[in-house]
Amino acid sequence: MKPEFFRKFNFLFGTAVVALAAAAFLVVTFERPTVETVQSGFRGTSMGQVYNTRTLAAVQARNVVPEMDEAIPNDPESPRASEVYENVQILGHLSVEQFGRIMLAMSEWIYPNAEDPAQSCNGCHVPGNFASEDIYTKHVARRMLQMVHTINTTYSNHVNANGEVGVTCYTCHRGQAVPAAVWSQEPSNAAPSRMWAVAGEQNRPVSATGYATLPTDPFTPYLWGDEEIRVISGSARERNNNQSILQTEWTYGLMMHMSTSLGVNCTFCHNSRSFASWDSSTPQRVTAWHGIRMVRAINNDYIESLRDRFPPNRLGPLGDTLKVNCSTCHLGVYQPLYGAPMLRNYPELILPTQTSAPAADPSAPVQPAAAPAPAPALN
Amino acid sequence: MAMLTFEAKYRVRGGTLVGGNLFDFWVGPFYVGFFGLTTFFFSLVGTALILYGAAIGGTWNPWLINIAPPDLRYGLGLAPLREGGLWQMITICAIGAFVSWALRQAEISRKLGMGMHIPWAYSMAVFAYITLVVIRPVLMGAWGHAFPYGIFSHLDWVSNVGYQYLHFHYNPAHMIAVTFFFTTTLALSLHASLVLAAINPKKGETVKTAEHENTFYRDFIGYSIGTLGIHRLGLFIALSAGFWSAVCIVISGPFWTRGWPEWWNWWLQLPIWN
Repeated sequence: MKPEFFRKFNFLFGTAVVALAAAAFLVVTFERPTVETVQSGFRGTSMGQVYNTRTLAAVQARNVVPEMDEAIPNDPESPRASEVYENVQILGHLSVEQFGRIMLAMSEWIYPNAEDPAQSCNGCHVPGNFASEDIYTKHVARRMLQMVHTINTTYSNHVNANGEVGVTCYTCHRGQAVPAAVWSQEPSNAAPSRMWAVAGEQNRPVSATGYATLPTDPFTPYLWGDEEIRVISGSARERNNNQSILQTEWTYGLMMHMSTSLGVNCTFCHNSRSFASWDSSTPQRVTAWHGIRMVRAINNDYIESLRDRFPPNRLGPLGDTLKVNCSTCHLGVYQPLYGAPMLRNYPELILPTQTSAPAADPSAPVQPAAAPAPAPALN
Repeated sequence: MAMLTFEAKYRVRGGTLVGGNLFDFWVGPFYVGFFGLTTFFFSLVGTALILYGAAIGGTWNPWLINIAPPDLRYGLGLAPLREGGLWQMITICAIGAFVSWALRQAEISRKLGMGMHIPWAYSMAVFAYITLVVIRPVLMGAWGHAFPYGIFSHLDWVSNVGYQYLHFHYNPAHMIAVTFFFTTTLALSLHASLVLAAINPKKGETVKTAEHENTFYRDFIGYSIGTLGIHRLGLFIALSAGFWSAVCIVISGPFWTRGWPEWWNWWLQLPIWN
């Protein structure tokens, strides 16, 4: 055949191969419609959520409420748990029926595998001697009960912001002794440099911060410490403004975390024309503000304070505890378990005031009575 | 009306796409044609509707006038006039005027016996606009996804759309578009400085020619694309900028709903290092 034919054939064949490869790449890396959208601002502001129905289905499958028994009242005729059992420190006020019920629920939420001799009741109790203090998880569980109570009362502004929802152990644990989404400090990834605006843990894409090159540990400064998150200046050409690009990137990293944890975008809380302005932000931003305070309290008063209790395999590589962030409860949903009010079925988790006050526990620092209202100022 | 010396060259009959000789006339220096009339009609109605929208909008501050698309709940249906219907009518007028203008350019190109470069180039901008207000909203199922008509309000829209995908700088098509925009300005500045230098010689020297320009760039970077080539290149990179802008917005939503940084996971997950 003529060489011209081969030239033409080669060209067409090459084009077809490249086109096919490009099409395959696009199909694999992108999503297909259909898109589901929720408007949350005035029309035309483009504030709102954009979901792909396929990803939504996957997230929904991961956030299913377990089967629950109906709540039973605290029958005053029944004996108290503290009268029947030895060494019941936190839940002694419950009737025996309620006590048995919440113990069973906790074992299903946290150590669900009854086949495993280390799970179910044995997760926290010495077999045959339930009063024993020998397993560290029992101490942790006590503190966690106090924590759940504090979350449901002191941080009601967060957990009951959209209906009476509250939290139970299941909100985080979901059938695992250690919740799926927890964080601890990681060894440094690069030499930190203020000049090059590089954080030690930068350029290590992780899901917790949405896979950006932003600093991947915004949790230590903001959810363990209480560094100021809002770094934006209140006026143009502000004098003595020492905020660096690096600080804004830490803030951005935290915001990426909040967005991805809740399965929402920035416009869930902010109108991006001014991230700082409370006037143009959505009500969810106030809920998030309380949430940040709540997570700080959880990490400091209820988890880090237990550091000495945990065995080394329950600590991070740098020796700090496995702490919570927004993902721990939310797991990709704007309201954990889509706002299922599980607490309603487990009134046992609401403690009488005297056992719940963290000040009563010398290991815990004093806590503010209630989170203050958000500052109305820009900065 | 007196004709300019060069008008005889372009004021030629024929080449119309619609209407034959009926609209093949000039008003002063302006060619009319069928599409000149439709352009005039749509721009007049559209502008009047914008003024009406401003009048009922509560402000005459030119920065703040805002004519917004309907709420998402109207989907792809018609909305009441004051709740986005006005925006829908203005959009129809805008597309009518823009497309008419492109077709009028095509008629003039035919009259002059030149290529269709100008209508195609202009069409790229119209295509980007139609992508924003028709193609993407249709793919997402509501007119409310289009941008509002207002100076500040459309900027707020752009900003919020970007943050709906957490970090828009990770949008691959946005990267390409931005690169083309910057390359366009770079090429234009290189070209313009070269031309200005060549035609503004020192006192006592003559105006330089294309050969001089070529020699300068061959000395400077080892290559000169040439006087014709620079315009082909300019057209390509400028149109590519517009094209990829349209791509970067149409993939945001219909073909990607998460943060753009996450899209790059295909790179992290390549079996080479994963």
